[in-house]
Amino acid sequence: MSDFLMPSLGADMEAGTLIEWQVQPGDRVEKGQVIAVVETAKGAIDVEVFESGVVEELYVGPDTKVPVGTPLARIGSGEHVVTERPEKEPEPETEPEPETEPKVEAEPSPVRKVPQAPVRTGEAAQSRASPAARRRARELGIDLAGLTGTGPDGAIVLKDIEGTASAEAKPARPAAGFDRDEMRKAIAAAMMRSKREIPHYYLATTVDLHTAETWMEDYNRDQPPESRLLIAALFMKATARALERYPDLNGHYTEAGFIPSEQINLGIAIHLRAGGLVAPAVLDAESLSLPELMLRLQDLVKRARSRGLRASEIGGATATVTALGDRGVDTVFGVIHPPQVAMIGFGRVRRRPLVVGDALAIRPAVDITLAADHRVCDGHMGAQFLNEIDIQLQQPEAL
Amino acid sequence: MNRDELRAIILEELSAIAPDIDTDTLNDQARLRDEYDLDSMDALNLLTALHKRLAVNIPEADYARMHSLSQLLDYLEPRLAR
Repeated sequence: MSDFLMPSLGADMEAGTLIEWQVQPGDRVEKGQVIAVVETAKGAIDVEVFESGVVEELYVGPDTKVPVGTPLARIGSGEHVVTERPEKEPEPETEPEPETEPKVEAEPSPVRKVPQAPVRTGEAAQSRASPAARRRARELGIDLAGLTGTGPDGAIVLKDIEGTASAEAKPARPAAGFDRDEMRKAIAAAMMRSKREIPHYYLATTVDLHTAETWMEDYNRDQPPESRLLIAALFMKATARALERYPDLNGHYTEAGFIPSEQINLGIAIHLRAGGLVAPAVLDAESLSLPELMLRLQDLVKRARSRGLRASEIGGATATVTALGDRGVDTVFGVIHPPQVAMIGFGRVRRRPLVVGDALAIRPAVDITLAADHRVCDGHMGAQFLNEIDIQLQQPEAL
Repeated sequence: MNRDELRAIILEELSAIAPDIDTDTLNDQARLRDEYDLDSMDALNLLTALHKRLAVNIPEADYARMHSLSQLLDYLEPRLAR
């Protein structure tokens, strides 16, 4: 038996808001199953459970903001299931006689506020609305408190939200699922901590991509668009291989010092079109084939932009890649995301003059950089690591 | 399918990938990558969507001929007319 806790989704997160339970007390859950949705500065994140068992009790109700580490639910053998929901909705029909109750309007209106248990945030917490309706309302930026529900007992259901959205002349474009100011603050906190605590050292090298590009063009020629590779997939795979060989760059620096990770969960910095940045991880990146890795990358980008990242992806990166290549710069020196100890940067792939053998050749090339934590390793090893990425990229067929 | 219908379909798919782009005011001549911040992943997703919707396979070798919406239309129109 154990408690399911509000997860820490990065060093910068202090609290999160539980938006939605995807399970009920009594439900059997499997390790890795998504059981809750949590709103953070990085948007809504699907949170997985880390053990199999039965949901015995939900401690915290939807729309409750709690600090990281707060127990949210109990997972056990199923012997002590408490079916009572933590967030009891008012139930007008079955309510006891008014004299035993505090002064409550008997009208079953979804917008009516009733006295409630403490630790609640927001108006929406106190309206009766289906999870789908809550989610859609958040996406559209609609305040539930202003709506009239048409569902059972006047609950707000999805069509009430959709109705409101289409009734408004032209609703603002759906928010990308995160609060831009909150995200800015979260990035600021993490980067300040990084620059305050981590003694960065920086290295750069230029890598000839002639072989890698030629191989990829051959590969892509017979593939439909949905199966084609992007050079970013090769960069990720080559980096994962190099991290496998240089484990001092893969892991977390904690109060107890550096703890290398056996898993290589390679983060990828994804720019969100509405502003902001997230760096979810491709889990076990070294074990994936290039087509698999490409699919995972596409899926991560899609989910990062539409909300729907998982907790293990958000908090789990053991090293991170940033590829500003398309944005038109040759070189990017990253800032390490604590508690990680390395950030690997890939600039724009550009044709440039390179010395090949005894002659000058025009070759596609990329500047690869490393920002690494000097508490853990030195430039000598960092240089070997970058050279290993180069070596991997020269044999793309083996990636 | 005429050019206007094709244009509407492309804009619809573009909106799904980059909802922040205002398709009402999109400049057909502008380079999508520079003007509308489409990266290589976005571009691939757009081609994938068009492949599924229109059954037109755009080989990678032809990417260089499609920097703007009008170039994309020029490329697709004759291929759909067949």
